Amino acid sequence: MLLAPMTSTAAPFTRAGILRGVRLSLPIWPSIAVFGAAYGAAAAQRGLSLAEATAMSAFVYAGASQMVTLEVWGRPWTLSALLAAMTVTALINARMILMGATIQPWMRGSPPWRTALSLFVLVDASWLIGVRHRAEGGNDLGVLVGAGAGLWPLWVLSTAGGHFAGALVSEPRVYALDMIMPVFFAAMLAPLWRGVRPALPWLVSGAVALVVQHLVPGYGFIAAGALAGLVTGALVDDGAAR
Amino acid sequence: MSPAAGADWLAGPAGSAVAILALALVTYLCRASGVVLMSRVRLTPRVERALRALPGSIVVATALPTGLSAGLPGLAGLAAAAAVMALTRFELAAVAAGLATVALGRALGL
Repeated sequence: MLLAPMTSTAAPFTRAGILRGVRLSLPIWPSIAVFGAAYGAAAAQRGLSLAEATAMSAFVYAGASQMVTLEVWGRPWTLSALLAAMTVTALINARMILMGATIQPWMRGSPPWRTALSLFVLVDASWLIGVRHRAEGGNDLGVLVGAGAGLWPLWVLSTAGGHFAGALVSEPRVYALDMIMPVFFAAMLAPLWRGVRPALPWLVSGAVALVVQHLVPGYGFIAAGALAGLVTGALVDDGAAR
Repeated sequence: MSPAAGADWLAGPAGSAVAILALALVTYLCRASGVVLMSRVRLTPRVERALRALPGSIVVATALPTGLSAGLPGLAGLAAAAAVMALTRFELAAVAAGLATVALGRALGL
């Protein structure tokens, strides 16, 4: 009895949870569709074929990194262009390493094959929906997977549509479409808010991210800020009930 | 001639397919590595506290520098999105308010 029991009971993964995840993702369908179309249009302007643009959306399925990769897209591809694209992709998606860390306790005890498949559709929106579901006392992994899997066909189809309509969104800055991701993230702060003390790590994270952004070129500031928040969280009592 | 001459095949039609698969692999490794790393860490109260602080930290570290680099309209857009979300709890309204604020700020030349 001295040994703490490992969590032997895996979190449920139900059909109802999957449907709930899809339903919870509905409010952001318009923004994902617009972002997907913006990516498709931008890809068309950078000379990607329809097949290349939709394959990127289908297999990479990470909007911000896809967008930035367009800046270093190889025409033709060389080894150095490929390495640059891979580095940019890894740096922008490094936040997913931390996202995975936050949901790992939730996935303990689940079959590894299901975890491996679930992780393919882990995106910002589905992670936020899952984290929120858990913060509100839920435990159904179907919610996390349903949100991510439901957005996947929308992302791929809107990319294809945007590629066709290329010229229609030729000025994404005018409609502030380049700001969709940060704006979406800022909106997600409200449901995560648990008072001033638990938000202290967020403050440290933001400050470190701003400093690193000014000192180091590239996208390392996201990981640097988030890690600073993680360390602050470990060091400072957040006053949560035990 | 060039140091990358050994990768000439990348310039062919297969180059894009190889690149897309490589980028997909990099992204999947990002998705999976956090889960694999955490499965080797014991969940002490300290680790749990750190993980509780992480979601908000990721959100702020991503949104704040990107928003600020878009200047005053960017910052105003982030504030508008957070405020509308706090009041309505409706993502679409919050995102629309944020984008409209940025677009308006840019139109006014702020």
